[in-house]
Amino acid sequence: MSRKKSNEEYQKTSAFRFFRWLSGEKDPYIGNVEMCPQEEYQPDREAALRHEKEHDAILDKVYDATHNKSLYLFHRLYQATSVLFCLFLIALLLVTVSYLPANGTVIRPVNNEVAERYIEKGLEETGAVNIVAGMILDYRAFDTLGESHVLFVATITVLILLRLNKTEKDEAEVNDRRFEPKNDAILQLVATFLVPIIIIFGIYIILNGHLGPGGGFSGGAVIGAGLVLYLNAFGFKKTERFFTEKTYKWVCFFSLSFYCLAKSYSFYTGANQLHSVIPKGTPGAILSSGLILPLNIAVGLVVACTIYAFYAMFRKGGF
Amino acid sequence: MDFICNFPFFSILISLFSGTICSVLPAKAAKAVNRLVIAAVGLMSAVLLLYLLSTGESFIYWMGHFPAPWGNEIRAGVLEAGMALFFCVIMYLSMAGGAHKLPDEVVESKHSLYYILVNLLLSSLLALVYTNDMFTAYVFVEINTISACGLIMIRQVGRTIEAAVRYMIMSLLGSGLLLFGLCIMYDLTGHLLMSNIKESVALIMANGEYQIPLIVAVALMCIGLCIKSALFPFHAWLPDAYGYSTVSSAAILSSLVSKGYIFLLIKIIYRVIGFDIFNSTRIIDVLFVFGLMGMIFGSLSAIKENDIRRMIAFSSVAQIGYIYMGFGMGTQAGMVASIFHILSHAATKSLLFIAAIGLTDVSGGSRKFIDLTGAAYRNKWAGVAFTAGSLSMVGIPLFSGFISKLLFAQAAVQVEGKMLASLIVLGISTVLNAVYFMKTVIRIYTSEQDAPYKSITFRDRKAYTVVLVCSILLNVILGVSSQPVVDMIGQGLAMFA
Amino acid sequence: MGPNLLANYGEAVSAILFCIGFTNLLLQTNLIKKIIGLNIMDSAIYLFLAEKGYIAGRAAPIVVDGVTSVEAYINPIPSGLVLTGIVVSVSVTALMLSLTIRLYLRYHTLDLDEISMQLKREGK
Repeated sequence: MSRKKSNEEYQKTSAFRFFRWLSGEKDPYIGNVEMCPQEEYQPDREAALRHEKEHDAILDKVYDATHNKSLYLFHRLYQATSVLFCLFLIALLLVTVSYLPANGTVIRPVNNEVAERYIEKGLEETGAVNIVAGMILDYRAFDTLGESHVLFVATITVLILLRLNKTEKDEAEVNDRRFEPKNDAILQLVATFLVPIIIIFGIYIILNGHLGPGGGFSGGAVIGAGLVLYLNAFGFKKTERFFTEKTYKWVCFFSLSFYCLAKSYSFYTGANQLHSVIPKGTPGAILSSGLILPLNIAVGLVVACTIYAFYAMFRKGGF
Repeated sequence: MDFICNFPFFSILISLFSGTICSVLPAKAAKAVNRLVIAAVGLMSAVLLLYLLSTGESFIYWMGHFPAPWGNEIRAGVLEAGMALFFCVIMYLSMAGGAHKLPDEVVESKHSLYYILVNLLLSSLLALVYTNDMFTAYVFVEINTISACGLIMIRQVGRTIEAAVRYMIMSLLGSGLLLFGLCIMYDLTGHLLMSNIKESVALIMANGEYQIPLIVAVALMCIGLCIKSALFPFHAWLPDAYGYSTVSSAAILSSLVSKGYIFLLIKIIYRVIGFDIFNSTRIIDVLFVFGLMGMIFGSLSAIKENDIRRMIAFSSVAQIGYIYMGFGMGTQAGMVASIFHILSHAATKSLLFIAAIGLTDVSGGSRKFIDLTGAAYRNKWAGVAFTAGSLSMVGIPLFSGFISKLLFAQAAVQVEGKMLASLIVLGISTVLNAVYFMKTVIRIYTSEQDAPYKSITFRDRKAYTVVLVCSILLNVILGVSSQPVVDMIGQGLAMFA
Repeated sequence: MGPNLLANYGEAVSAILFCIGFTNLLLQTNLIKKIIGLNIMDSAIYLFLAEKGYIAGRAAPIVVDGVTSVEAYINPIPSGLVLTGIVVSVSVTALMLSLTIRLYLRYHTLDLDEISMQLKREGK
């Protein structure tokens, strides 16, 4: 038996709110979602005209564009030569490709000994089931050491270009709020579900780098993507609770130092024919293959922080 | 194996690691670390050089637990150790000579970042010098490029950022070509280590079947490195980058960064392809022609220039032309001349940039010639240093520039087909050099009584003056006692093969 | 023309893409288009390497069931080179993009020629 509710009681139920929302009378998120009201775009005609004039003036001054037939011709010629240049390059490289040994065959013209050795002895010598991981982190580890420093130096240059000082930072804060809606409920709900999954998946990729496809870089990129999603959903205020520029600095410092020192030890013992104390472990176990797992973790941390740092820099010029 | 054999590895690792350390240090400490690292690496290279001269043999150092075709390795010979030592000396002088301008031109909070970049640049240069592996070379070429770009745009004015963009674009084209050439090379030979590639290349050339792709690969790598080292038609980014960046950066860029790529090219010629095979291709003729064009057009642009720093920058284009002309001759003598010119140009160019900043400082910061009138009286040491650098560039005896021109001329006489062209262009280029450098020297020594600028004496800038004197001495030493250096280069090249 | 153009169609595609990317990077005036060209060029090289590592009928180089015979797996070296190359390309792209942002904030245009013009007008 149903009892008829009084009007006041009915207005408290979720059904009432639902139907009201359905009929479009009320947006339940008003008051919860923080958004700047969008202003109608008013094209500033005067400014546009002035800019156009200035631009023409520059063109005139530099190239005398209004009465310059030859400039027009030059542009046409530029385009035509570009296409010709491209075609010439293509022809040259196609001829080269046509002389290369056929794709899919085993035999390289001179030898295959390096690749064969990696496949045959890789498991035994590096302990990594994933031969590629064994190759880049053990046989040819010097390249990979350089590679992680490429990433490091790139962040440094991005910092130089985009990091703001104190006063600019406050202004950027205001701009950031203007262009990006805050606390979008849909995004937040989805992010609450997705971010943990993404980050756990990234950790899985890193930890399995020596056992299957994956490794520090790909896993770190996945974790970085998770962090970027979190930042987009919840804003800088929340991420700053656990990730500031200081965190970035120290995480990068410790990971890269560990990388450098661990690899130095391995290079030093290798070159001086000393015995390395690092155990290889049982191939296939999670704790195996010597330094590869810790190095993957270090690389993963650096990459995750770097991806996040790139995003934060591009968006606001700081963390 | 002697303990000294670890030194190349230590020097690369120390400079790489110090970059990471500087990221958590305050600016002052970072500066100290930077100086210390450069000095330590220089010292190690000097000891290594003496050791190598006494043993007379190069050695291979495994980077890891695996021997030649499987592992990665670095290699040190007389030429490598000498280059590393020289790079450290020049870098120390450039950093010390430009230190007083850094606070004016770079925001305070970014100083420690600057030292990180310099440390990483040093490590990448050392790695390019010592490496025996093509792909490692590629990775460190990229570190070199990115940190050089950082050095250009650390002084943030419109010109430097635009120059940095142009520099990056040209460099990326170069590295793309280098990587593509490398991949074709790997596909043909199945190796990435230089010594093993060389054996395979000899087999392929003897066999004859895969010659065409091999030569294309070599050509791609050469053009890539030429673009990166600003050979004549690819130099558009250079004047702005050298002319407007902070002075330490300009000195380091002009005297070290492009030289690192050129040294890599020498390594490729000798240790990857083989000198004789390289000379039998038409590539050296192309290098020769572009070198000659660079010598003339670089000097012509420098004459037209009205800005002292840009003028010095354009002169770099001409000097790089000299180096490639030496490659293009295709003889051992030409190669020795080129390598000597790398040293002499690096020593002179850093001196000129540092001296020029002293002259512009006493002219109200203006770099226009008209304002520089009489600047040498207001800052005597900078005037002397600039004059010494100019004389060296023109090729006056006693200075290093004279020896390199002499070596080029001697090398040119031995080459039948290219003698006339190289001698004529050498002559023209010397005259043009004289025109624009002497014009500047006369301008700065024309006395002007009522200039409203302050003078600077030795007491105001002790460190700066000491750096200038050291640079002049380095130049004179290279010029006066050139024979041991030339012998050393010859010995180093013999070890390469 | 050599004998293997048709067999090497993958490499041929990568060569064409490389040239397109190269020309874009060299000759476009718009900075974003230049960066796109850069990425096309780099990806073309990775495609080339991937094609070169491939051997018909073999599996990816991850040891399964302890089989370590050469006949089972493709060449692992190009895969490793691609991994390293991708990191380099990411770093370089980030650097180029941040340079572009800086220039855009200062000159309100992405056209490199126009930026040069404005610089000339500033006359500094």
